[in-house]
Amino acid sequence: MTEPLLTVERVSRRFDGLLAVNAASLSAVAGRITALIGPNGAGKTTLFAIISGFLKPSTGSIRYAGEDVTGEAPHRLARRGIARTFQIVQPFVGLSVRENILVGAHLRHRARAAALDAAERVGRAVGLGDMLDRPADTLTVAGRKRLELARALATEPKLLLLDEVLAGLNPSEIRDIVPVIRGLCARGITIMMIEHVMQAVMSLSEYVFVLAEGRIIAEGLPAAVAADPAVVEAYLGHGAAAKLGVAHGQ
Amino acid sequence: MKRLIPIAAVVVVFAAIPLVVQSNATLNFLVVTLLIALAGQGWNILGGYGGQYSFGHAAFFGTGAYITAILQVRYGVNAWLGFAAGIAAGAAVGAFIGGLAFRSGLRGSYFALVTLAFAEVLRIVASVAPITGAGVGTLMKLDLRAQAFQFQSRAVFYWVILALVAVSLLIAQWLERSRFGIWLIAVRENEDAAMALGVDATMVKLGAMVLSAAITAAAGCFYAQYFLFIDAGIAYGTWISIEALLTPIIGGGGTVFGPLLGALVVKSLGEGAKLVAGDAPGLDLMVYGAVLVLVIGFAPRGFIGVVTDARQWLRRRFSRSVRETAHD
Repeated sequence: MTEPLLTVERVSRRFDGLLAVNAASLSAVAGRITALIGPNGAGKTTLFAIISGFLKPSTGSIRYAGEDVTGEAPHRLARRGIARTFQIVQPFVGLSVRENILVGAHLRHRARAAALDAAERVGRAVGLGDMLDRPADTLTVAGRKRLELARALATEPKLLLLDEVLAGLNPSEIRDIVPVIRGLCARGITIMMIEHVMQAVMSLSEYVFVLAEGRIIAEGLPAAVAADPAVVEAYLGHGAAAKLGVAHGQ
Repeated sequence: MKRLIPIAAVVVVFAAIPLVVQSNATLNFLVVTLLIALAGQGWNILGGYGGQYSFGHAAFFGTGAYITAILQVRYGVNAWLGFAAGIAAGAAVGAFIGGLAFRSGLRGSYFALVTLAFAEVLRIVASVAPITGAGVGTLMKLDLRAQAFQFQSRAVFYWVILALVAVSLLIAQWLERSRFGIWLIAVRENEDAAMALGVDATMVKLGAMVLSAAITAAAGCFYAQYFLFIDAGIAYGTWISIEALLTPIIGGGGTVFGPLLGALVVKSLGEGAKLVAGDAPGLDLMVYGAVLVLVIGFAPRGFIGVVTDARQWLRRRFSRSVRETAHD
């Protein structure tokens, strides 16, 4: 078996007394959608911040495309092909939608004309074609999520880290964006997503890691993970699995 | 090319003024206004486009002025070479301060305070160091020849500073449509998001600081050539730090013409106040303060923003009345 595109090896991150991530190991195999789930406060976003270079791990290592990239700065990782979206969307509010995407497109295209072309292409691909010239702050939540995605895509990543791109969207908006994400994977982009919308996790991801209280407590195929008593307890509390088991007559 | 028309038009109009206006006092007023517009454009690159609010652009202005003056007075260097050296020295001071401040991750008011501190240290050093003439200042020799960068006619000085302002306008225009510029604006809007998109925020800010310092240093170099006298209070005084940031903020930060418009507004009001109330010390500063409060309160995008809004409003009014006429 070939080495995964991304390997996180026993990474920990301590904030003073709080061990936010505790020896977490996970990996993303090239060309596949991997999900990272877990209850609120489990440390998922912290782990993403470490992978994308915004935080340095206290211990542990990160390998990407066969190289050790532990502690590298975010812009260097972006150049290597790691892009991320933010859970709390961070549009450049003073700029238009097109200019927002342009910032990302300039990473691979120095010339303005080429970068503008690329930005327009990406904008259309995520369904922002009609809004390219609107100021970014006039977008709806769903529009901002798409913009977040478009900007990251404009950097032409190999690995895309999606931090709750579906959060805050209504069911019809989710139905609209799920095929977009699946299409990215079909184009060969490896995706790792943090997600709370379990329906989307189940339908999109091919492999799931579960983080609870900073530790990876389970991994496997989506259906198997959802049935894992440890996972159920992490979400619903101690003893919940047993009670549910009784209810199901097992 | 079409985008250069506004700059060309403004420069042509300004260039024609000395052909009509002969008064030395008026030309002097315009020279000083353009000088402040140039210093303000320097600030605008870093503060307006980059969102890094410096309170110490005097550090660059003064370095430009002193290097130009000292090289000529003490080392007999040609004035034009001294001018270039002054700009380079200002840029180097910008690289030094920027390197320290941005590498240590200083943002917002911390950055402003550090730049202020550097400017004040330079002012104090210049007011005691022998090479700057200490408290006496540096007086340059009158030598009204073009090769000494001095001109008999005030109009020529005016055209020189206008040319420098024109170059600064072109730089700002280039910035708005270049990769460096859009990355700089991205850093202003959201540094983390920019870094996630591959922008080396520290290097972009540092580049902006160097460019910004060079432009403001050019204003300092010109000041020395024009007035032929500088001392620590003029070169490194807080007055220039304040005017360099007031003009772009009042005119419209992060816009090509903001600093020029702001300089015209600020300097006209300052002169107007003097006409009305006499030469009371500090009066111009009070006027600036009042204008600044009004602008921040009611027109946060500056006078340029007011003009843009008015134009859009008129256009909407116009298109509506056209539609109504068509329906009649």
